[in-house]
Amino acid sequence: MITLSPLRWGKPYESLDFTNVVHFDTGEPIAKIGNVGGGIVGRDMRQAHKARQALLQLSTDDLIEKCKTAAALFESGTLTVGDSQQTVDDFVHQQSASTGLPEHMCRSNMQKNSFVLSNMDQILDCLTRGLNLSILSRGYGEEGRGVTVSFQSQTPVLGAVLPNNSPGVHTLWLPAIPLQVGLALKPGSQEPWTPYRMVSAFIEAGVPSEAFGLYPGGHDAGGAIMTKTPRSMIFGSAQTVAQHEGNPRVQAHGPGFSKILIGDDVVDQWESFLDIMVESVLSNSGRSCINCSGIWASRHTREIAQAIAEKIGPVDVTPPSDPEAKLAAFTVPAMATGTHAMVQQDLAEAGVTDMTADFGEKLIERDHCAYLRPMVVHADSPDRQVASKEYMFPFVSVVECPEQEMLKRIGPTLVGTVLTKNQSLIESAGACVEIDRVNFGPIATNRLNWLQPHEGNIIDFLFRSRAYQIAEIA
Amino acid sequence: MSNAENSVSPEVAQQASDAKDRLNEHTLKTVHWHFSDETGSPFWLQKKSELNFDPLKDIKSFDDLKKFPHFEDEWLRGGPITRWVPKGHAGKPTYVFETGGTTGIPKSRMVIEDHWKDYELFSDTLPEKYFPKNSNWLMLGPSGPRRLRLAVEHLAQHRGGICFCIDLDPRWVVKLIKKGWMEHLEEYKKHCIDQAVTVLTAGHDIKCMFATPKLLESLGEALEEKGTSLPEVGITGIFSGGTEFTPQWTKFCVEELLGGSPEEGGVYMTPTYGNTLMGLACSKPVTAADGYKISYYAPQPRAVTEVVSFDDYDQVVGYGETGRVKLYTLTDEFFVPGFMERDEGEREAPFDTYPWDGVSGVRPFHELASATTVGVY
Repeated sequence: MITLSPLRWGKPYESLDFTNVVHFDTGEPIAKIGNVGGGIVGRDMRQAHKARQALLQLSTDDLIEKCKTAAALFESGTLTVGDSQQTVDDFVHQQSASTGLPEHMCRSNMQKNSFVLSNMDQILDCLTRGLNLSILSRGYGEEGRGVTVSFQSQTPVLGAVLPNNSPGVHTLWLPAIPLQVGLALKPGSQEPWTPYRMVSAFIEAGVPSEAFGLYPGGHDAGGAIMTKTPRSMIFGSAQTVAQHEGNPRVQAHGPGFSKILIGDDVVDQWESFLDIMVESVLSNSGRSCINCSGIWASRHTREIAQAIAEKIGPVDVTPPSDPEAKLAAFTVPAMATGTHAMVQQDLAEAGVTDMTADFGEKLIERDHCAYLRPMVVHADSPDRQVASKEYMFPFVSVVECPEQEMLKRIGPTLVGTVLTKNQSLIESAGACVEIDRVNFGPIATNRLNWLQPHEGNIIDFLFRSRAYQIAEIA
Repeated sequence: MSNAENSVSPEVAQQASDAKDRLNEHTLKTVHWHFSDETGSPFWLQKKSELNFDPLKDIKSFDDLKKFPHFEDEWLRGGPITRWVPKGHAGKPTYVFETGGTTGIPKSRMVIEDHWKDYELFSDTLPEKYFPKNSNWLMLGPSGPRRLRLAVEHLAQHRGGICFCIDLDPRWVVKLIKKGWMEHLEEYKKHCIDQAVTVLTAGHDIKCMFATPKLLESLGEALEEKGTSLPEVGITGIFSGGTEFTPQWTKFCVEELLGGSPEEGGVYMTPTYGNTLMGLACSKPVTAADGYKISYYAPQPRAVTEVVSFDDYDQVVGYGETGRVKLYTLTDEFFVPGFMERDEGEREAPFDTYPWDGVSGVRPFHELASATTVGVY
């Protein structure tokens, strides 16, 4: 059994407190993780400046090259992870076993992380609008218009409290390293695999190990990362996001409530959008914040819901090794039963119809885990509670709503795909502050262009643009 | 019988047998005190009438206490508090100590001198080198209607010192956690630590202290941020307590906050385990060589801990096996014939200092753990 130890600025730490990572279906331990408490995190954060100092010894160009090497190692190498050598297949098996994600989805998330790393130069070029990255290292510089610009780093390290069940989100913290900002990560208890393998790949690629802290543990460790790092990100529920709202030190990532909005001008041709709607709902087992949880249109909503239901309603549980597997397990069965109960409440409201009712039982309970099979519901008005719901399985509400009301009623929307040629609607949607990432045209909500910022630009989060005036002293 | 039990030396086995005899004798005396019309408390005399046995006749040994129903701490909510005062102690100055109470009615325990006696016994276990007599103390823990605050002060006075205290309302801490007001929580913690740092750096010659693990951690951190440390401000002896007192936390504290073992860093820290019902259980000395394992031993015969099966709370588990912690309090002030603590752990064998059962690896009982809000202690 693999043992994962905490890493304190590159040095493994021998903890006396271990948590087992268990197989989602059998309950068998597959790894043990050594935990640390908030005291150790706090103590290490007092040395965080050394992480940035170590990274500043290398140029950003050099670090970007090392990111590319790390991408290859992460995606195809055999790496030292914990006390073991880990092949790609080991990684996929382990991640699938602890998170309940089908193996092909683990591979897909792995490729996504690797893609971001290997295209780091373009990503940073886009996120900084072409800024010479040495300006970020030095803190100031000449941008080419005869004006001094300054971007001041706001933190020596980026803290992150990582999620248990979403291996795709790790792309968000990867740019920190080429930006010469160290990492203090609390790995998820069921998904330690990506941060451990990624850090191993970085170190193997030549990034100084002093730049990395891995602090598995409980709330205490996570809380310490949040309070002791000047900039941190956390992944959690809507409640977590609300708790950190307005806090400039914290970037909170929660449910996305991503949606597809269909304009009146194209809604009669809804069938041509069916594939992107299905993909937006079903990809990655509906677990991501970028999965579509609402499809809004003024008419044909029942037909749309029925057509999606016929596509995804029959999807059933298959083994995680099945290359066609569509569903991930809930590794905590109570989460599935609780979610199922909430959906039943949604369905009890007048005007809400389960369009997948004919496709069999939705809650599948096993000894150590549970599954929820896909659901499509129709809501005859945005007033229905279900219109603003998002669940951690393939679940979508198809909501009937007049076009002129849509943008006022959709609420927070991480990814909004707007299907229309109507210039007025395009302009209104572009101006709608409820929508974060906006797609115009048939783009599935899960298809992210990584050259665009995601839930805030990490450059703005880690650096502050400020005045920097220089005059010669006589 | 497990290997661990077999490994007890004949000398310790004899000591354990003698201790059990003393416990049986003490149990008999205590039961007679609490269930005699002349000396018993109104609560237990009333309970007696509900029992299907006569405690005065049918309790002949400690094991016979299993005839009683488990003590329910809900009985401690609300008044009148005087129903718990044994008639034999009527008229004596009485304290009331509370637990819980963040919302609703707290649980109350009346005490006359038990907290003094418990801490005087505990005092005997403290090494003079690190807890020197006549030195002053800092109580870095909860204030208000808490047993701990007065008990630590008595401990300091009993050892010839003076105890400095801080203001700390644990009920507010729990409310902050439940509300998710983590910034307020952090500020309140700082407020508490500021008080401690002020006292420690004000020339009061404080050498000993009580602190909860979280507060000790924060205090060490605050002192280091000021360029000093616990040893540098003169602390040589610390006692601490709580289920957060894990081997890993102890390793961190000893190796990083205190600069190493007592011989290396000059500070001795001893874990304790207790509550308002039972008093204070002491720890076997904790060492790096033993993996910072923490084993607690109750102040028998005044209190007893057992580790019992999760399926049968009257069945003690084998040595080294895991079970729920069951407490008994057997003083002339308070009688608890088996209370199911909210903790679990492993049963430990007797040894020469404490020739009776102990418990190690204490942690929140797994069936209740998710509902437990760990505040500052």
